[in-house]
Amino acid sequence: MILVRSLAGKPWVWSFLGALVVWLATIAFTGGYGAGGMVTAALSLAVFTVIVGVGQMFVITLGPGNVDLSLPANIGLASAVAMKVMAGSDSMIVVGLLAALACGAAIGAINYLLIWALRIPPIIATLSASFIIQSIDISYGRGLQIKPPPGFADFTNWQVLGIPVLAVLTVLFTIGAAIALQRMIYGRSVLAIGQNIRAAWLAGVNVGRIRFLTYTLSGALAGIDGALLAGYFRGANVDIGNEYLLASIAVVVIGGTSVAGGKANVPGVWGAALFLVLLLTMLNTFGVSAGVRLLLTGLIIVGVITAAGGEKAVR
Amino acid sequence: MRPEMTAASLDATARSSAERGALARARLLRGLLPALSLALVLAAIAWLNPRAISYFGFSLMLNLAIPIALATIAQMFVISGNELDLSIGTFVGFVGCVTATWLKDAPLIGVAILLGSIGVYALLGALIHLRNLPSIVVTLGMSFVWQGLAILVLPKPGGKAPDWLLAIMSFKPPLIPFPITAALLIGLVVHFGLMRTSYGVILRGSGGNPAALKRAGWSLLRTKIVLFALAGLFGVLSGMALIGITTSADANIGNGYTLLSIAGVILGGGEFVGGRVSPIGAVIGALTLALAASPLLTFMHIPPDWQVAANGAILIIVLAARVLISRRER
Repeated sequence: MILVRSLAGKPWVWSFLGALVVWLATIAFTGGYGAGGMVTAALSLAVFTVIVGVGQMFVITLGPGNVDLSLPANIGLASAVAMKVMAGSDSMIVVGLLAALACGAAIGAINYLLIWALRIPPIIATLSASFIIQSIDISYGRGLQIKPPPGFADFTNWQVLGIPVLAVLTVLFTIGAAIALQRMIYGRSVLAIGQNIRAAWLAGVNVGRIRFLTYTLSGALAGIDGALLAGYFRGANVDIGNEYLLASIAVVVIGGTSVAGGKANVPGVWGAALFLVLLLTMLNTFGVSAGVRLLLTGLIIVGVITAAGGEKAVR
Repeated sequence: MRPEMTAASLDATARSSAERGALARARLLRGLLPALSLALVLAAIAWLNPRAISYFGFSLMLNLAIPIALATIAQMFVISGNELDLSIGTFVGFVGCVTATWLKDAPLIGVAILLGSIGVYALLGALIHLRNLPSIVVTLGMSFVWQGLAILVLPKPGGKAPDWLLAIMSFKPPLIPFPITAALLIGLVVHFGLMRTSYGVILRGSGGNPAALKRAGWSLLRTKIVLFALAGLFGVLSGMALIGITTSADANIGNGYTLLSIAGVILGGGEFVGGRVSPIGAVIGALTLALAASPLLTFMHIPPDWQVAANGAILIIVLAARVLISRRER
């Protein structure tokens, strides 16, 4: 009983509960058919949202106005960079991943440079940067038909007993992120800045450095995500990251992180990502059209946020 | 008036007259910045291709300026209340689909749907205020809703604009091309409504200092509803204008407008918080972006790959200029 009560107090429980309900509804519809396969597929797809979601979570936690709108363009460019560097050869996998990571981190660093040098809201800085990155990607990735190295493609699709290995690695990564957030100076500083940037500064937090690190981290995660996506979907693509702008913000908020900043929740990102992926699977299983699917997804996001309510809403 | 501004002006009285003159110049420069950036883009175009500076050239280059300007104004209303609308693009697309189908085939139902959608916007404003929700997330969810509805209304690209709408949008006034006349008109009407009427001051005040406004007895619920309804209204006008130009619709037709509209407001001198916006600036910002994104750039040796980058570069340059000017303002 105490366990139930303490669980109910945790904001992330609701996202997992939502995912469970959606999963049960789907297997009730199929009569139990494909229950396990659905979990496997959901885990494989949720990984990509979780990776960028964690980066976005750190950025949003920095406080009102902090959001990284350059993620889709970043993912697109990094996927092209990774595929070009790997050039279809297994021996270049690690180099390609590092190149994607470096590309993403550089974009994140440039984002912060714009925010700092021009003193503009992060929304506009990352938006302007994303316009430019998009152009670079279109120009750089034009006609790019390079397949990922077979070893890399197999790795991103590798499953053991129905559990995607990538998902296991991502769980380990999110545990690391949770420790960094709650137990390390970096994470505590991010939370402090989000709660009150001036107080954090007066308390001796190096605000500029922490914000720089956070935007770079978000960019680097988007870079890795781009490489993994290109491996999973067997090729880079300018539009490969498009859906992750909305998805990254949605999983952060549904997962119980405060949009006002200063309060983050790592497990919730997993719950919300699974919830969104399973929701799509459910609507596909029910055989609804694309229009109804989008409509219901939107209504559910609005419904969830309305039910959860805002604390002190600063956009 | 924001407290910083009054403090700044108090400081200013204490300073020497020469400094005051410099301050006034900086402020004037800041106000003129949107117009200057537009002039700069025009000069660049004139330099690259002098023939573009003609009645025909402007009509072509500013082809899509009217819907972009209207969407920017819609976003500006939301921003003046310290909120952000991430759904305006898909909303414009939805309106476009309704315009190309219902509004042509069954005008009464079409009008009812469009009025209803403005009502939905007003309700969203109420919901955001009453439940204290982050507008980013609510409008993010709504962007899926509008896109879904658009696909349901028009599953495949097509439809046709009503004839009267085509007639309006292909209107060719003498001397000054229609997009410029229309943009001027939109800017002036909204400027008068938001900057010169007493309720316009209240609306902007709801973003500037909501607590003070509430204590003075104004309903913040009402201001939020009015701002969102106005955003809905201008979103509807934008979608209709867009279909009047493109003649047929597609569910994804407005998707780019979300980011363009935010960029337009900021280019036009608006700020994210504090109710500090400028309708005329927003229209000029929209014109600048429309020019920078114009297909005519292709004929000016700017490869299509880099046209999106041109938008980003203009934003960054203008904002950098603004920082330089603001530094002098202090």
